[in-house]
Amino acid sequence: MTTSSNFLSNLALAIILFPLLGCLIAGFFGKKIGQRGAHWVTTLMVGASFFLSIYLVKLVVFDNLTFNGAIYTWGSSGNFVFDVGFLIDRLSALMMLTVTFVSFLVHIYSIGYMKGDPGYQRFFSYISLFTFAMLMLVSANNFMQLYFGWEGVGLVSYLLIGFWYKKNSANEGGLKAFLINRVGDLGFILGIGAILAFFGSVDYATVFSQAPALAASNAMVNIYPHIHWSAITVICLLLFIGAMGKSAQMPLHVWLPESMEGPTPISALIHAATMVTAGVYMVARMSPLFELSPVSLSVILIIGGTSALFTGILALVQNDIKRVVAYSTLSQLGYMMAALGASAFSAGIFHLFTHACFKALLFLAAGSVIIGMHHEQDMRKMGNLRKYMPITYVTFLIGALALCAIPPFAGFYSKDTIIDAVHLSTVFGGTYAYYCVLIGTFVTALYTFRAFFMTFHTEERMDQHTRETIKESSAVVWIPLLVLAVPSIILGWVLEGPMLENLFGNAIYTASQYDTLSTIASDFHGSWAMMLHAVFTLPFWLAIAGVFCAWFAYVCRPQLPAVLAQRFSTLYTVLVHKYGFDEFNNWFFVKGGIRFANWLFRVGDIKILDDLMVNGSGRVVAWLSAAARKLQTGYLYHYVLAMVLGVLVFGVWYS
Amino acid sequence: MTLSAYLIVSSILFGLAIAGMVINRKNLILLLMCIELMLLSVNTNFIAFSHFSGNLQGQLFVFFILTVAAAEATIGLAILMVFFRRQHTISVQEMNSLKG
Repeated sequence: MTTSSNFLSNLALAIILFPLLGCLIAGFFGKKIGQRGAHWVTTLMVGASFFLSIYLVKLVVFDNLTFNGAIYTWGSSGNFVFDVGFLIDRLSALMMLTVTFVSFLVHIYSIGYMKGDPGYQRFFSYISLFTFAMLMLVSANNFMQLYFGWEGVGLVSYLLIGFWYKKNSANEGGLKAFLINRVGDLGFILGIGAILAFFGSVDYATVFSQAPALAASNAMVNIYPHIHWSAITVICLLLFIGAMGKSAQMPLHVWLPESMEGPTPISALIHAATMVTAGVYMVARMSPLFELSPVSLSVILIIGGTSALFTGILALVQNDIKRVVAYSTLSQLGYMMAALGASAFSAGIFHLFTHACFKALLFLAAGSVIIGMHHEQDMRKMGNLRKYMPITYVTFLIGALALCAIPPFAGFYSKDTIIDAVHLSTVFGGTYAYYCVLIGTFVTALYTFRAFFMTFHTEERMDQHTRETIKESSAVVWIPLLVLAVPSIILGWVLEGPMLENLFGNAIYTASQYDTLSTIASDFHGSWAMMLHAVFTLPFWLAIAGVFCAWFAYVCRPQLPAVLAQRFSTLYTVLVHKYGFDEFNNWFFVKGGIRFANWLFRVGDIKILDDLMVNGSGRVVAWLSAAARKLQTGYLYHYVLAMVLGVLVFGVWYS
Repeated sequence: MTLSAYLIVSSILFGLAIAGMVINRKNLILLLMCIELMLLSVNTNFIAFSHFSGNLQGQLFVFFILTVAAAEATIGLAILMVFFRRQHTISVQEMNSLKG
C-alpha cells in the first residue's frame, strides 16, 4: 500500500468516525454536557467531516487518487471473508461530500428548529448516527458493509420519524416506514445472498470483474419448477427491490409521506437529501451488473417513470406543506430511477446532487415557515407570508424554481439531461417513461407553485394570534437556507459539463449499446448554450405552463380548484385516497394479516396445538391407562395366570 | 423305569401346582403349598436327570432347594400370620388392595 492511498483510507476513516464520535458523546453524556454541549460537539464533528470531505474530493477528483481495500476483517466463515473496507473513488467521494454538506447544514439548522425540545440531545445524537451510517453506506467496498449502512440508516430513520414518541401518528409513521423498508430489504438481502452464491465473494471489484462471465455463461436460476430466469437478471431485480424500498418507488412508496411526522430537519436530511437516495446510489454503484441485464433496466425505467409522474400528481391535492414537498421527493426519485434505467447513471447521480441541495432547501424553508406559523403545517391557514418572512420567501422561491427545472437553476440541467436520456433510451418501456417524465415536468411546476402561492401569496388566512407573532426565523435557521440556495442556483451550471465528460471516471460503467449520455454529450456546447436552447424545448414550456396554471388557479381565480374538484369528483377522490395504495395495503396486508393470524390462532393454536397435541396427548395417556388399569385386578391368581401364559408364549415363540 | 416316566410325574406335579395357584380363590396357605409342590416337581427333575446321567451335582442342588424352600415356607407363614392379624382373613379373593 502506497503512502498516498494509505493516507486516503485514513482520511475516509476520519470522515466516517467523527460523526460517530459526536453521536456517542451526545448520546451517552447528553445530560452531563447539556444542550449547548450536545449541539456544539455534534455540529463540530460533522463540520470537521465536511471540511475533510472537501479535501477528499480535491484529492480524488483533481489529483485522481483512488483507494480500494480492506482495513479490517470483521469476520470470516469458511472461504467467505467479510471485511470493513473502503472504495474511495469519484462517485463515493462526491456522495460523501453531499452527505456531510447537507448534514452539517441540518445540524446548524436544528439548533434553531429543535430549541427547547425535551429530546434535544437525543436528536443531535441520532442525526450524527445517521450521518455515520450513511457514510458507511456510500464508502463501502463490499456488499456486507453496504448492507450495514443500509440497515443503519433505516434504523435511524425509524427512530427519527418516531422522535416525538408521545404522538401516536409519529409512532405509526415510524412503524410503517420500518415495515415497508423490511419488504425492500428482504429483496436486497436475497440479492446479496445470490451474489455470494454465484460469485463466492461480496467484494465489489471481484463481483464486477466476474459479472460479464456470468452473464455470458447464461446461468439460470430456478424461480419455480419449469421457470428459469437468467441469474444476473434475478440478482439485479432483487437488488432493485431493495432500492425500491429505500428510495420509495411505487408500489413501496407509501412510507415516505408518513415519514413527515418526524421533525422537519429530519425530513430534509433523511427523507429528501440523503437516505432515500441510497437506492439510486446503490443502483449507480452496481452499474456493471445492471448494464448486463436489459430486463432489469426496463423494470427500473418503467417503475421510475411511473413514480415520477403519478406520485407528482398526488402532490396536487395535499394541503400539508411538508407532504407536498414529500410527494415531490417521490417524484424526483422517480426521475433519478428513470435516468438509471436509461443507463444515464451519471445523470441520475447528478440529479441526486442537485436534488439534495434544492430539496433540503425547500424542506428547511418549509420548516422555517412551520416555526413562523407555530407548528401549523396546513397551507390553507397560511398565505401572504412573504410580508413577514422575506428570506424564507426568497430561498423557497429559489428552491421551487430549481425543482421546476427553470433555467438557469440547478434542477434544470439535471432534469433536462434525464429527460433527453430517457428519450434516447432504446430499452423496452423507454417511450412510456419518456411521456411520464415529460408530463411530470408540468405536474412538478404546478404543485410546487401551488404550494408556493398558497403559502407566500394570496390573502392571509391565519388566525389573529398567529398573525401578530409571526416573524422571520433566527439566524441559525436562515443561514443554512442561504448556504443551500447557492448550489441550488449554480450547481447545475457548474457540473453539467464535467458530468457529461465523465465526471465519475470508471466508477460508473455504461455498456456501449445503451450509452445515451454520450449522444447528449456530443450535442452539448457548454452550459450557456444549453440554457439558451431550453427555450426551444418542450420541457421548458411545460414547466412554464405549470407555473402559469398554478398562478391562474390559486392567485387569479382562487375558487377554481374547488370547482374543478367538484366537477371531477371521481378523479379527485382517487387522488385524495392516493390511488388507494394505503387502502389496499390496509385491506390486503394488515386486515388480511390479522385474518390470517386469527385463522392460524383458531386452527393452528387452539385446534392443532392446544387441542390435538397438548390435550390430545393427555387424553391418549388417560385412555391407555384406563385400559391398562383393567389388567391390574389386584388378584394374585390373575397375575399367576398371566405369568404362566407369558412363559408359554415365550417358550413357543423362541423354540 | 425310564427317564420320561419321572419327567411325566414331575410335569404332572408342576401342572397341579399351577392349577392350584390359578384356581384357588380362598386359602392363602394353599398357595404356599402349591409353591412347595412346584419346587418338589423341580427337585424330582433334578434327581431324575442326576440319576440317569450319573452326575451327582443335580442331587446336591436338591439339598439347596429344600433348604431354601424351608426358609421360604417360614417367611411365607410369618407374613401370613401378620396379614391375618391385620385383615382377619386369609382369603386370596379379598387381597385386592393393589387393584388399579
